[in-house]
Amino acid sequence: MAGVVVTNVEKAFGSTKVIHGINVDITDGEFVVLVGPSGCGKSTLLRMIAGLEEITGGVIKIGGREVNHVPPKDRDVAMVFQNYALYPHMTVYDNMAFSLKLRKADKSLIEERVRKAADILNLSQLLQRYPRQLSGGQRQRVAMGRAIVRDPQVFLFDEPLSNLDAKLRVAMRTEIKALHQRLKTTTVYVTHDQVEAMTMADRIVVMHDGIVEQIGTPLELYDHPANMFVAGFIGSPAMNFIPGTLRRTGGAAVLEAAGGVRVTLPGSVPGSDGQKVTLGTRPEHLSIEADGDGIRGSILVVEPTGAETQIVVEAAEQQVVAVFSERHHFQPGAPIILRPRPEAMHLFDTASGRHLASR
Amino acid sequence: MASIPAIPYQSSWRSRLVENKNFLGAVFMIPAAGILLVFLAWPLLRGIWLGFTNATLGREGRFIGLGNFISLAQDSVFWLSVFNTFFYTVIASVAKFALGLWLALLLNHNMPFKAQIRAFILLPYIVPTVLSALAWLWMYDAQFSVISWLLTQLGLIDRYIDFLGDAWNARLSLIVANVWRGIPFIAITLLAGLQTISPSLYEAAALDGATASQRFWHVTMPLLMPIIAIVMTFSVLFTFTDFQLIYSMTKGGPVNATHLMATLSFQRAIPGGQMGEGAAISTAMIPFLLAAVLFTYFGMHRRKWQQGARDD
Repeated sequence: MAGVVVTNVEKAFGSTKVIHGINVDITDGEFVVLVGPSGCGKSTLLRMIAGLEEITGGVIKIGGREVNHVPPKDRDVAMVFQNYALYPHMTVYDNMAFSLKLRKADKSLIEERVRKAADILNLSQLLQRYPRQLSGGQRQRVAMGRAIVRDPQVFLFDEPLSNLDAKLRVAMRTEIKALHQRLKTTTVYVTHDQVEAMTMADRIVVMHDGIVEQIGTPLELYDHPANMFVAGFIGSPAMNFIPGTLRRTGGAAVLEAAGGVRVTLPGSVPGSDGQKVTLGTRPEHLSIEADGDGIRGSILVVEPTGAETQIVVEAAEQQVVAVFSERHHFQPGAPIILRPRPEAMHLFDTASGRHLASR
Repeated sequence: MASIPAIPYQSSWRSRLVENKNFLGAVFMIPAAGILLVFLAWPLLRGIWLGFTNATLGREGRFIGLGNFISLAQDSVFWLSVFNTFFYTVIASVAKFALGLWLALLLNHNMPFKAQIRAFILLPYIVPTVLSALAWLWMYDAQFSVISWLLTQLGLIDRYIDFLGDAWNARLSLIVANVWRGIPFIAITLLAGLQTISPSLYEAAALDGATASQRFWHVTMPLLMPIIAIVMTFSVLFTFTDFQLIYSMTKGGPVNATHLMATLSFQRAIPGGQMGEGAAISTAMIPFLLAAVLFTYFGMHRRKWQQGARDD
């Protein structure tokens, strides 16, 4: 096992630069998820750690050893591919034994390792099958088995669950996390699904357009997003953004937004009078008020899910989503005033997108 | 509102027959079966029959049993042609496979002008055989050979090579021409096969610790095997029955040294007039061709790992 240190790493394909100087420090035994929209460079970064892509600039170290020019086979990393990449002409057993056979490992050792991995992954009954005779979830497990028999320093996962159906995805998510807790091997996991990232990661690296937007634990990112991109990307349903102007009168601060919306802000918020700011508030941090300041609008849609009720409100010339765990009687078309809880409000500079309060 | 009258139910034997799937299937097969029978099966059977007669050009022969085969068994020229056919087929097929696979692997890499190079590779295959044979004939000419000229200019030889006048030279020269002509078919087909192999398999193998040659033997070759089986069967069939190239370059000479079974059969039957004997030589090729077809059948037979998809 080993840590992975990525320092100022850059990547260009021809004249197109896709990764602009990334720094990530992954400690030994950590489960780190790289998350971001498609094209953000997360898979490229993973492939650079694996050695499948050349590094244009910077340094990657695995277990303290610089691996910039070390070929993939000598990096002691194992990877699970999105399409599993199982060898179709080999049985499950041979797929899992292949890397050990190449290393000329002892036959009994191979047998023991493969049996053990098959036990962990519940594959013992399938060892003589060919990949085509397996279901998607079984193939996924074989791909993981192939990785664990080698007992590598680092596991790399490249969107491993995106070919599975929703139910299986949730089940495999749990399996992968349990596997990590059992083996404690350093893991780098790429996904575009923020729910996957939130539920699995020790730490999340949010990437966007080839840069790192923020690194932190799931709840750090949720509670203290560094900017509007992270705030909007993490959390479902997504955070509401209400752009407006900051007004200061005496000690008080108010956000004036379109459609006559006025929200009183804590007097301590940074920012100057007249500054263009965006208020960010999560759907579950809105409360219903009878009168006074707040986000005034009318209810557009009511979506009860049983555990909670989600409403979409038309206010400030846009749609605002609110979620309540207690039951209210909502009527589409009825007027409503929503007020964000002051301690859970986020204020961003509209021009730069940066969070005004945090750091 | 008036109700729509029901269509009266017809149950005449004719209408029932027209609705019958088995009957219709048989009817639709008649044209294809007829064409195959008239243009393929009949000439084949007729050819085999001729092999058992003493027919000559212009004279209907009579049945003489195994007479032709018995005389062929004692004919050293026939046995020479059998040897030549096998020699030609084995050497040319192995060379075509090796060079074709090498070319396909080369073309499977990213390189500039890939599409143009791939099109260019096909050229030998597009040129009519007789025309390319003429070109090779010039290159192998005893006096004007460009190959000999080049080698003399380079100082490697001091006398022009007698490419087609010497028995072994002629055999090898023909094999070179056949290989040149046959490579594109193999290279392009194997290239198509190579492109069906997912790049992530090579990446997975690289991470598993496989060197380039281990990736070739453990990933490329097994996955290419089904296509190799098909393409090599066809290649062996084409080479075994080759006629055009030989006949337009050497006509089987010098002194029967390059006669294949196909050219000898033609030689005996048409210019020689011995229809029955020629047909017997052709018939003697059938067992070998059948063996090649059976090889295809079992080679193409889906391997175990290709079978049994449960969810796709």
